[in-house]
Amino acid sequence: MSGPGRTVVEYGYGGNERLVMNMGPQHPSAHGVFRMILTLEGETIVDVDPVIGYLHRCHEKLGETLTYVQYPSIASKTDYVSAMTAELCYVRAAEQLGQIEVPKRAQYLRVMAAELQRVASHCLWLGTWCMDMGGALGGGATMFLYCFREREMILDLFEALTGARLLYGFHQVGGTRYDIPAGWADKARETVTHIEGRLAEYEALLEGNTIFLVRTQGVGVISRELAQEVGVSGPLLRGSGFAHDLRRVEPYSSYEEFAFDVPVETAGDCYARYRVRMQEFRQAIRIVRQALDGLPAGPISSRPGVKSIGQVKLPKGEAYARVESARGEVGIYLVSDGSTKPYRMKWRGASFSNLAVAGHILPGHKIADAVAILGSIDPVFGEVDR
Amino acid sequence: MTDLLWTVGPPFLLLNGVLILVTYLTLLERKFAARLQSRVGPYEVGRPHGWLQPIADAVKLLLKEDIVPTAADRLVYNLAPIVFLVPAFLMYAAIPFARGWALADLDIGLVFVLAVSSLEVVGLFMCGWGSNNKYALLSAMRAVNQIISYEVPFILVALVPVVLTGSLRLSTIVDAQQGLLGWFVFYPVLGQLAFVAFVVVALASENRIPFDIVEAESELVAGFRVEYSGMKFALIQLAEFVHLFGVACLGTLLFLGGWLGPGPAALGPVWFVLKALLLFLLVIWIRWSFIRIRVDQILALSWKVFLPASVALLLAAAAVVAASGGAGA
Repeated sequence: MSGPGRTVVEYGYGGNERLVMNMGPQHPSAHGVFRMILTLEGETIVDVDPVIGYLHRCHEKLGETLTYVQYPSIASKTDYVSAMTAELCYVRAAEQLGQIEVPKRAQYLRVMAAELQRVASHCLWLGTWCMDMGGALGGGATMFLYCFREREMILDLFEALTGARLLYGFHQVGGTRYDIPAGWADKARETVTHIEGRLAEYEALLEGNTIFLVRTQGVGVISRELAQEVGVSGPLLRGSGFAHDLRRVEPYSSYEEFAFDVPVETAGDCYARYRVRMQEFRQAIRIVRQALDGLPAGPISSRPGVKSIGQVKLPKGEAYARVESARGEVGIYLVSDGSTKPYRMKWRGASFSNLAVAGHILPGHKIADAVAILGSIDPVFGEVDR
Repeated sequence: MTDLLWTVGPPFLLLNGVLILVTYLTLLERKFAARLQSRVGPYEVGRPHGWLQPIADAVKLLLKEDIVPTAADRLVYNLAPIVFLVPAFLMYAAIPFARGWALADLDIGLVFVLAVSSLEVVGLFMCGWGSNNKYALLSAMRAVNQIISYEVPFILVALVPVVLTGSLRLSTIVDAQQGLLGWFVFYPVLGQLAFVAFVVVALASENRIPFDIVEAESELVAGFRVEYSGMKFALIQLAEFVHLFGVACLGTLLFLGGWLGPGPAALGPVWFVLKALLLFLLVIWIRWSFIRIRVDQILALSWKVFLPASVALLLAAAAVVAASGGAGA
């Protein structure tokens, strides 16, 4: 007897032996704690039942119990690989709610942090994705370590900026908490130039390799229609032929003042998503350079000297803010009752919506493709489960 | 008594020599991979450069708890590592390390080595089947698919030097490669093609990256040995390394002129091991630079590319020999 709400799927054998295999939540390529119950026919996946929720930490409830000053540093724990943009989303929602102005310098600092974070996040994606396809004891691991070497440099920059390497607490309502220290700008310029040089090496290592091409081209195709229907965003959407980037269509934090391209590929396969992200690396570096060069003088926060957590009270109302994180569109919906804490908060996690496409595209592929596709979706389970 | 010593002594020495060499090959691989990935690699256990690391690993694995899954087929499960390891060691019985330095320099030495080498698949399938684990079973099925597919082109490519020399005896094949340019790898066009094909096909039949779909840790966790722990795991690992080095030895004999090299004849074994190590390093280099190819692509590659190519190579070699008037010419 199965309990209420559980459905038992019975498969007709029809001569084909089927094998139900559990992948995850603890699996070398589960990218965190994701479980897929795969039904296999030989090596081919015929059905997939994704199970999420292993990393659920009640983030929305947590947001209601913490003040506007406290929560930004917790917000970074949703998408811990791209913590800067998660924080940014929350403080933007709060600023919309209170109609709080953000000084120009703070806006530029935010852009710079977000783009450096994008580079770091894509480094992690590239490394782990290659490891999925190439093995933790092989060429994939080599790629992984190369990427982590570069990500490390950005984490060093963040450490100098905020004192933290993973979860920063850099943003606060009204601006940023820290200004860049002396000499930091030169260091940042050096770092991005270094990484830009490395990118060409990665591309040579991967795109010059036929095995990489046959593993990624034509694998896990997300059609334009499917992408639209499921509501994927970020590099997945742009890999399927949509030139949709919030930084361009709905500029926030002075993004309209920066020159950058929105890379688009039309194939919709793993390789297209790879190409989009590789180009985004370069665009992010371009934006960082512009932000460093054009950094205006002035205060970094419009609410300086906020020491007590009770000092920020936002008027009654509601607001929705969204930002383009490394994984796509992250949105926060805030309802305020006029106190120091939001009455209700709702996260729209980019990974959550992107992951929903997996069930549509996995059937028909081999097991080896499943890990490649999952890697190309680049989910962060802190953000999926929240 | 002396007879007994002469019977038991050389195999004993060989077995332990190979064991020690292979144990240190793991350190070589780790250090090499570390340099490739801009790391240091093992360093602290036996400073400098972790020269005690392989010993520490072996002791650790020896002391680990040996777990047998309750659902496993105990007999098959326990027997599998031995069935896996023994053929790997048997390969060395017919391998001449220098002129006259073979336990048994058989007339059909190559056939023996190839036959024993392909027995590996039995142990491998026993591991996968006996574990009663879905990952292990899938991996074992892949292994059977792959090894059988690649054994055919592997043997065909290995036959190219045989056709060129007209002998299956490994020492005769080596003796036919006198002088630096006499090595079959330097044989115009045919030699290079055959050598490249040999390395690639050997990678595949050895389940090494980029053809290591059998262990594929990102898909099948650890493949056929996912349930093994402790000393049985160590035996399986050891067998893989022994087998790989055995194939490297075979490649040295067939293409790199075996023990031939400058200096006195006594240096023969040194040259032999150096060349085999070079081949081994090549395999490691490929391993740590490539990503894995997919199972269906591997099979397609074998039947559609390597098999016709190796047949063509063999026919070309035969044509060359026929045109130049007989083997060994």
